[in-house]
Amino acid sequence: MADKPLLPELMKAHGISRRGFLKYCATLTSMMALPPILAPKVAMALEGASRPSVIWLSFQECTGCTEAITRSYAPTIEDLIFNAISLDYHHTLQAASGEAAEAAREAAMEENWGNYLVIVDGSIPLANPGFSTIAGISNLEMLKQTAEGAAAIVAVGSCAAFGGIPHADPNPTGAVSVADIITDKPIINVPGCPPIPVVMTSVLAQFLAFGLDSIEVDDLGRPKAFYSETIHDRCYRRPFYDKGLFAESFDDEGAREGWCLYKLGCKGPTTKSVCATVKWNDGTSFPIQAGHPCLGCTEPDFWDNGGFYKPLSVPAGDYRKLGLAAVAGGAVLGVAGGAIARSVKSSAAAKHEPVTPDDLEKKS
Amino acid sequence: MNNPYFDLLMWARGPGFDIALTIMVGGILLRLVEIFVLGRKKDLAAPKGNGVLQGLRTVFTRSVPRKGAMKEAPVTYIAGYLFHIGFFVAFLFLGAHIALIGDLIGIQWPAANKALIEIATAIAVVALIALLWTRFKDPVRRALSTFDDYLVWVLSILPLVTGYAAVNTMFGDSTLMMAIHMLSAEALMIAFPFTKLMHAVTFAVSRYYNGSIQGRKGAES
Repeated sequence: MADKPLLPELMKAHGISRRGFLKYCATLTSMMALPPILAPKVAMALEGASRPSVIWLSFQECTGCTEAITRSYAPTIEDLIFNAISLDYHHTLQAASGEAAEAAREAAMEENWGNYLVIVDGSIPLANPGFSTIAGISNLEMLKQTAEGAAAIVAVGSCAAFGGIPHADPNPTGAVSVADIITDKPIINVPGCPPIPVVMTSVLAQFLAFGLDSIEVDDLGRPKAFYSETIHDRCYRRPFYDKGLFAESFDDEGAREGWCLYKLGCKGPTTKSVCATVKWNDGTSFPIQAGHPCLGCTEPDFWDNGGFYKPLSVPAGDYRKLGLAAVAGGAVLGVAGGAIARSVKSSAAAKHEPVTPDDLEKKS
Repeated sequence: MNNPYFDLLMWARGPGFDIALTIMVGGILLRLVEIFVLGRKKDLAAPKGNGVLQGLRTVFTRSVPRKGAMKEAPVTYIAGYLFHIGFFVAFLFLGAHIALIGDLIGIQWPAANKALIEIATAIAVVALIALLWTRFKDPVRRALSTFDDYLVWVLSILPLVTGYAAVNTMFGDSTLMMAIHMLSAEALMIAFPFTKLMHAVTFAVSRYYNGSIQGRKGAES
């Protein structure tokens, strides 16, 4: 990789000043929840970083994650990251197609064996390998092949991280996540449907700047810097929740006033992400700000978690039918219990033998 | 990959709630129907007063402590009131609970401020601790206490503590705490018909019964 251009040269080529670069590093440092003192270190690390090879595999997905990452905000700060890596294989972005594309992947793997980074979006079907293939190679086979020589894998989007929408009940393709298949490589999950573009690029930047070990992950393999607080705890509508002011429908007074969306099914209280602080499209907005409850897309099985428009506190089961059965069953059992008690009472009365004082004296 | 906390929450919101609600509703009906089927012996004596009116009146008048009771057992009375008020404020005025009740029976009302709910919860918890303390301290009460009393105490305090923790992201993951809160409430629901918690329904029946007997005899109760 020594012959590949270093970042400063690339920066010049893209017309980015040193000042702009340092500002970017400071932003990135705060994004990664690192202390400001580390900003120069980020700059140094990025400056010294050569372009590691990155292979982006797209399996059962909707290209939403790629669409999101290409919309990361101007002035081409994420473009910088894109150019700081050597993206050797990516269906949507690469010019090559067919055999040439596969050859590029194989060449990149061979050249950088043991050092390249694999990014995966999309889930992997296990029910039938033919459900999703690329150049005649099944997703499962391609993932195993490519993962073998990888330094690490980043599972981008909820499909790659947790199975996502393809994994939703009844999961016709037998879709699973990357971590369900690859167990011997470090995997960083960056879930979301799609994930916030800046979060995706920040994780990559942290990987480039400080290495894999610097990325602290939670039990679900998500970087703690971006997935440790709930959206609810950072939501700008939280004061309305605390005041007990809720929108009851999408067009009532509360909705117009921007009140809390809990009763409309918001999953903010159980969803860990930085949506409410980092936001989308250059910090413009996020779903709750746009008036829609959070769907909880950074959590596993978000598609099956009881309905998007059902409040979290409302039962998701079959309680209405069971409640009616309970009313009928309880009443029947009550009548039966009462009848038994009555018969016990009357039989006790029938068996009752009057005792006179004489009888008592006889016994003693 | 699964999130075990979320799976637990979904169980608590799904089958867990179904089971709890079925047992609670079925159990309450079983107990009530059993009581009513058992019936009362017909009173053949000529009534000296209005039993029905006196019965209804007693349902409410017995909520006021009788004379001297406050002096005899102040902690029981004060903490008893505070617990009931705190518990019902927290239960009936938190937005999430109103959403649940609305889904169950279709009636909703405005939610209260979180600060008020939290004060009510704290008061209810402190009152429960005070009540347990008097139960331990007084040898007579301690001797009278059964397993049922302690079980109901635990089942009553758990939803309050776990609910407070879930709303304030205390003691770890908020999803897990929300699941534990729901499960604790479901434990309370299941125990409801088969423990002294049933007084929340039968108090009206027994007070009416006592009141109407006295009323029929022309006496006050």
